[in-house]
Amino acid sequence: MPKDHGIGASTKRREDVRFLTGKGRYTDDINIRGQAYVHFLRSDVAHGKINAVGTSEAETAPGVLRVFTGKDFEGVGGIPCGWQITDRQGNPMQEPAHPVLAQGKVRHVGDPIAAVVAETYEQARDAAEKINLDITELPAVMNMKAALEDGAPKVHDDLTSNLCYDWGFIEDNREAVDQAIKSAHHVTTLELVNQRLVANPMEPRVAIGDYASYSDESTLYTTSQNPHVIRLLMGAFVLGIPEHKLRVVAPDVGGGFGSKIFHYAEEAFCTFAAKQLKCPVKWTSSRSEAFMTDAHGRDHVTRIELALDAEGNFQAIRTETYANMGAYLSTFSTSVPTYLHGTLMAGNYKTPNIYVNVKAVFSNTVPVDAYRGAGRPEATFQLERVIDKAAREMGIDPVEIRRKNFVTEFPYATPVAVEYDTGDYNATMDKALEIADWDGFDARAAESAKKGLWRGRGINTYIEACGIAPSALVGQLGARAGLYESATVRVNATGGLVVMTGSHSHGQGHETAFPQVIAEMIGIDESMVEIVHGDTANTPMGMGTYGSRSLAVGGSAMVRATEKIIAKAKKIAAHLMEAAPEDVELKDGQFSIAGTDKSVAWGDVCLAAYVPHNYPLEELEPGLEETAFYDPANFTYPAGAYICEVEVDPDTGKVRIDRFAAADDFGNVVNPMIVEGQVHGGLAQGIGQALLEGCAYDDSGQLISGSYMDYAMPRADDVPSYSVDHSCQTPCTHNPLGVKGCGEAGAIGSPPAVVNAVVDALQRNGKDVTHIDMPLSPSRVWAAMNG
Amino acid sequence: MYDFELVKPSTVEEAVKALSGDEAQPLGGGQTLIPTMKQRLAMPGTLVSTTGIASMKGVSASGGVLTIGGATTHGTVAKEAASSYPGLAAMAANIGDPAVRNRGTIGGSLANNDPAACYPAGLLGSGGTVVTNSREIDADDYFQGLFTTALEEGELITAVRFNIPEASNYQKFEQPASRFALVGVFVAKHSDGVRVAVTGASEEGVFRWTEAEEALSSNFSPDAISGLSVDASGMMGDIHGTPEYRAHLVNVMTGRAVKAAG
Repeated sequence: MPKDHGIGASTKRREDVRFLTGKGRYTDDINIRGQAYVHFLRSDVAHGKINAVGTSEAETAPGVLRVFTGKDFEGVGGIPCGWQITDRQGNPMQEPAHPVLAQGKVRHVGDPIAAVVAETYEQARDAAEKINLDITELPAVMNMKAALEDGAPKVHDDLTSNLCYDWGFIEDNREAVDQAIKSAHHVTTLELVNQRLVANPMEPRVAIGDYASYSDESTLYTTSQNPHVIRLLMGAFVLGIPEHKLRVVAPDVGGGFGSKIFHYAEEAFCTFAAKQLKCPVKWTSSRSEAFMTDAHGRDHVTRIELALDAEGNFQAIRTETYANMGAYLSTFSTSVPTYLHGTLMAGNYKTPNIYVNVKAVFSNTVPVDAYRGAGRPEATFQLERVIDKAAREMGIDPVEIRRKNFVTEFPYATPVAVEYDTGDYNATMDKALEIADWDGFDARAAESAKKGLWRGRGINTYIEACGIAPSALVGQLGARAGLYESATVRVNATGGLVVMTGSHSHGQGHETAFPQVIAEMIGIDESMVEIVHGDTANTPMGMGTYGSRSLAVGGSAMVRATEKIIAKAKKIAAHLMEAAPEDVELKDGQFSIAGTDKSVAWGDVCLAAYVPHNYPLEELEPGLEETAFYDPANFTYPAGAYICEVEVDPDTGKVRIDRFAAADDFGNVVNPMIVEGQVHGGLAQGIGQALLEGCAYDDSGQLISGSYMDYAMPRADDVPSYSVDHSCQTPCTHNPLGVKGCGEAGAIGSPPAVVNAVVDALQRNGKDVTHIDMPLSPSRVWAAMNG
Repeated sequence: MYDFELVKPSTVEEAVKALSGDEAQPLGGGQTLIPTMKQRLAMPGTLVSTTGIASMKGVSASGGVLTIGGATTHGTVAKEAASSYPGLAAMAANIGDPAVRNRGTIGGSLANNDPAACYPAGLLGSGGTVVTNSREIDADDYFQGLFTTALEEGELITAVRFNIPEASNYQKFEQPASRFALVGVFVAKHSDGVRVAVTGASEEGVFRWTEAEEALSSNFSPDAISGLSVDASGMMGDIHGTPEYRAHLVNVMTGRAVKAAG
């Protein structure tokens, strides 16, 4: 029987009550007395030289407090990049300046040129129209390969080229890989595009700067997945504000998918301007601004080669990828195509030789950074597509070729620098085949054919590295931050707990799942535990929420802090029961001595800690509050197998997903309902990428898909009713909960399943189509069928 | 959005008078105009709302003609024309989403003449008349290209008359993002012949596919058009579909509409 509380129970999400009844408190809900509003005048050309920004007319417009331009930020730092990549020659990447407001040049449509602060938003916007811009348009750098040719126009004139870095991983593998490919029985090659995406969280970004002259303290309210990271980056690198004079608050956050990890210019601007003007300054992004300023995702162009022996055993993988950085380096942009992508190129398979080459390129587009999955979807997509193509070319069943190559013994050290601690890829494959009713395909295909539709099926596996990340390891790889997580557990005198964590929810359900863990450890009701997050003033330094890390890393910190609490509480209980601490047991909220009838309740121990009348004061401090920082020993490695069945309309090319099965191994599961919801959301996002979403620029750098009129988001009727299973559980071996993370799996594992299925449908009906680039819009599928 | 005045007259006469003012523009349901104004791409000085004019609302059928008031919402048409002209009602029932259908009006849609809107195909396919405050315009003369119509400045669509066919159907192949028609085809079988109107596809806006009309008039079955094709050269091309794809879809959607109309 399923549990009804604690670890493993599908406890309903307590935060949903406020979210669903309009009581959430998002950043835009915050209004500070006397606040002014900023409107950013943004570039409408992709690349241009700024000759003059005439602000005199705007400055005298009604309500205007001040007009800022790039000149106002000449003495201010730029937006920093958080990860330095070292290239194949051992040189650091090229790292351009990223001013808060454009200086000298504009480099993408949406690049902020000036900021008008006025008493009302409409006044700011009216005044911005009175700014006289003199900009000489320059040729836009749009195509990554053309950008690297000699004589190409440069996005950054002070860099030697548009190449950020040329990265080889692992460079020492290269020769063996080349040799293995040269001597292989069969080599399958695939060229593909992993298209640019726009994250599109439901809540657009908002920033409010506030300055208290009485204490010389700045506060930034912002839509962020990691307020401490913003405080560190903005305080130390941009504005020069010490952290004890800077508070960053991220209240309820309405989705992020990665795009709210990064430090953005608007945050720095509002904080800076509030201090200059001595009044709060608020910015609320419009959806149009979100399309051209929120960091985009993916945008890789890849050629992958897979070498096999005559039996279909993988011998080597070699890839060459062009990764678009956009106009500037966003916070974690440089790590995505490298360490979050190259390290996953082994997939679930024991390929002995792997070499990954990535050329990161500047272009006149919105900066590209982590987006749900971040590098791992790119790795999974190319690997699972090329395996599918190889199986077809060699006449091997797509399930069989995967099983033949699965890693089956753990721990397993890949040729790309990571060590999988545990897993059972055959188990998730078996489960996926079962819940997909793989064997019933032929009957369903016959039914589809009666309707004039072509049915196809696609299968793939995936693995991801989550629980980001061991600080020492990522430090060696160029990260400019540690990636531990923190928790302070404060027990109140009456027995309730407040847990202050550096993890932050942007929809994940932390306020529900975290108390389940702590309540289970102590044996109290979940309602006695409250989660506090999102405010640097009342939480310990933490690194936030992304990379499916919150439970694996943040949850582990909570466990460690709670263990300290329990250890101390046992000493107090021992004193109260006049026993030795090592004899004290804690069960169901009661401390007891085995073999005796002595017991004392959790609440009595908590009260004793704060009212220490009968208390071992000479040995123990009063109070019951502990902090733990947890730095993971390794990544976690969630993995699974996904199966998609589609029906293709041969007359129109329209693809309908009829069935989708996802069998995931997330290790131990704290709240199955929340996990299922995370998988559903991830699948919708992955299906969105596979069939619908695509960020399109024209050759001059204009954003064609700048609104929902042209950027197709998945809607309820675009996705099927999923079959989801997470009963295959190989617990993580190195964190105390044995958990792996589930937030990104759906988005990572689903795109290749969809594309494999569509290609399969076409192949079964005599069309020699080996690949179609995403999104598989009706138009593209029809063109492929009739090409 | 820039500042503007809003007037809400209760009669056509008051509305026409208000529209004679400087930079005045009629406002139906505002499903296109309001978002355009929010983006500061339109700056009317005065908006003259039609939604308070009782005489411009409602659906009635008599003598083989369906008359719809210019300020009638798509949602109302979907309900009230269902028995008298089911083909048109079904088309109205599938415009946008419920919010759009409960605010958007037929007059607003036809005055805007978006090249991917449904109503232009519905009217041109049915045949009929656009009735304004000053005259009557035959459907065949009304549509004059993308976002362009025979309406004069300050002229208001007070009603629209549709010739009710013996059988009809509208097939919309949706653009994946906007869900406007990538290609929409309205087929109407009248006693004196078949009309086929295509929206979403052409660079010239809604058009009648006369070749198909002739073929279907002698044989109202999908087979009649299977050998026909539309020239891709005049079709729109964008990230959602090439001209060739749209031309192909015109044929497919016409065949499906004929089949569904029976």
